[in-house]
Amino acid sequence: MTLKTWAMGLVAAMTALASAPSALAATSDVVIGDIDDLSGNYADVAGAGAVETMKMAIADFGGTVLGRKIVTLVTDHQNKPDIGASKFREWADQNGVNVLLGGSNTGVSIAMAKVAAAKKIPFFAIGAGGASLTNEDCTAYTVHYVYDTTALANGTATTIVRNGGKTWFYLTADYAFGTQLQNAASSVVEAHGGKTLGAVRVPLGASDFSSFLLQAQGSHAQVLGLANAGGDFSNSLKAANEFGITAKMRPAALLAFITNIDSLGLQTAQGLVLTTGWYWDLNPETRAFGKRYFEKMKKEPTMDQAGYYSATMTYLKAVKAAGTTDSEKVMAELKKTKINDMFTKNGYIRRDGVMIHDMYVMQVKSPQESKYPWDYYKVLKVMPGEEAFGPITGACPLAPK
Amino acid sequence: MTEVFGIPVAVILGQLTLGLVNGSFYAMLSLGLAVIFGLMGVVNFAHGAFYALGAFAALLGLQHLGVNYWAALLLAPLAVGLVGILVERLLLRRLYGFDPLYGLLMTFGLALVIEGSLHQFFGASGQSYPVPHALSGTINLGFMILPIYRAWVIVVSIAVCFSTWFIIERTRLGATLRAAKENGPLLQAFGVNVPLLAVATYGGGVALAALAGVLSAPVILVTSEMGTSLVIVVFAVVVIGGMGSILGSIVSGLSLGVVEGFTKVLYPEASNIVVFVIMALVLILRPAGLFGKE
Repeated sequence: MTLKTWAMGLVAAMTALASAPSALAATSDVVIGDIDDLSGNYADVAGAGAVETMKMAIADFGGTVLGRKIVTLVTDHQNKPDIGASKFREWADQNGVNVLLGGSNTGVSIAMAKVAAAKKIPFFAIGAGGASLTNEDCTAYTVHYVYDTTALANGTATTIVRNGGKTWFYLTADYAFGTQLQNAASSVVEAHGGKTLGAVRVPLGASDFSSFLLQAQGSHAQVLGLANAGGDFSNSLKAANEFGITAKMRPAALLAFITNIDSLGLQTAQGLVLTTGWYWDLNPETRAFGKRYFEKMKKEPTMDQAGYYSATMTYLKAVKAAGTTDSEKVMAELKKTKINDMFTKNGYIRRDGVMIHDMYVMQVKSPQESKYPWDYYKVLKVMPGEEAFGPITGACPLAPK
Repeated sequence: MTEVFGIPVAVILGQLTLGLVNGSFYAMLSLGLAVIFGLMGVVNFAHGAFYALGAFAALLGLQHLGVNYWAALLLAPLAVGLVGILVERLLLRRLYGFDPLYGLLMTFGLALVIEGSLHQFFGASGQSYPVPHALSGTINLGFMILPIYRAWVIVVSIAVCFSTWFIIERTRLGATLRAAKENGPLLQAFGVNVPLLAVATYGGGVALAALAGVLSAPVILVTSEMGTSLVIVVFAVVVIGGMGSILGSIVSGLSLGVVEGFTKVLYPEASNIVVFVIMALVLILRPAGLFGKE
């Protein structure tokens, strides 16, 4: 009896139960879907904040397009590709979803991109980082909006390697995104004459990073490349600090969000070099958006949350200009129009699906340099979009070199 | 450098030490579970949530009430233990006559409620708890640099584990507790207040989880999910040690921390499943667990 009890308990705990009910939309509505991590590791990066900015954009647009009401569907993919893909398929078959906004997690986004291609529905990958979304996993309907692993590596790795950080050891999250991030960074490092001394693949959501950090230290590399994200990134940097490793190795955040810096505190995060697609304190327009968001959410938006606003707006403008929600016509419109808003100036969607826009190489301020709440970054370099995202690789069959 | 199986001795010693640190957390958490299960027959799935509550109690105490780390070590387990007592009085007590599955489901639901509420109020990205000043800094062990705080974790955990073991296995109070599990009605006939023992046991077990939470607050970010992934490993530790065995949970907690540490060097990708592989093997070869009697 007891054994059975325990076994059933283990099964129960491993099976998370969550499924948001989806509203049934009338066929005349324009339906915007959002599938994201709403409850896990990445829930603060996009999550509820992104749902908020998506709704802000719809409200700013007037709530209707082509005389049709704009409605939203939101669900939690729980970081499971099968859940993301099957929910998207269900929305396509039953709810007439017109466009999908995808939140964090490259693995889930790749699965959803396949559904987008099969169902011919535009898919904005916003929170996911893996550059494969516009290379080997590209589709005619994918738009990769905020950042990708190539841009992160071009920003952070180039800056560090040019400043003398020649030998690298990577702490890599053991899934598609981590591997892609590490590969992107190491090819940049090697192109600039640097060397990869080793890497360790860490299971997602590990509770302790010290064993892995000890291995990093044993490599005697100059740079500790953190090819992970969210809580994993924060906990690994925190432990690196505690073990005195950051005094000997320079930490490089291959993906860090402003929420991570906020939870770590500037004392721990200061000096860290990172790359971001957007920052609230860049210019009057970003500050105005930050202020609106802050009033609702009591924190500044991440680049993903700002991206959700911009992507929603961009899609709705394209529908209006095309005069239809027909996917082919909207995609054609999207790929020929420049994007000008609080997120980017003169951004454009390239034929492989990458939204080309400026990226910012940032350094985290020290507690003394920070003058007001959320004053976390100083701009080291503004990277023009073409430099950040690099040339078309040819890996996407839709976009030969 | 000397090597064993191609791994430098310094690396082995380093991983052994870190494994003991992680094992200390496993031991403390599985100990609380084993106490609650061994003495009450309740499978406490809310254990990870109480662990997170302990960390949050310390964090909120520091931010809003000026309660420092040392006071939190005492106050947070007390506060969370009180919550545990309320849970036992108001909810768990009603389920004693039924199949243990009901208690398991109730505590599992409770864990979802607690973790969901923490997530709702404090978000997913977590907050930092500073390492107390007296325990900051590092010591050089020759083979590795160990933060003093991690050494402190090992010391506290071993002290707490063995005093708990001593109380339950070697004192009169412990004997009474064990008797209550063996035959409650008979013990009650002798004039012992058995319901009071149950509430004290649950409160105590929960306080142990909260203490582990306070200890881990300076090590990892304090988040609503900090207990979720840990508690599943800890359940496996309890199964391996022998369900309800106090000594079993301590020994297997510490040693599985070490085994996991070595897996992180030899084959890092498997480090989060190695404990479950061992659990499967133990269940096949010794179904009652390493220290269990059946």
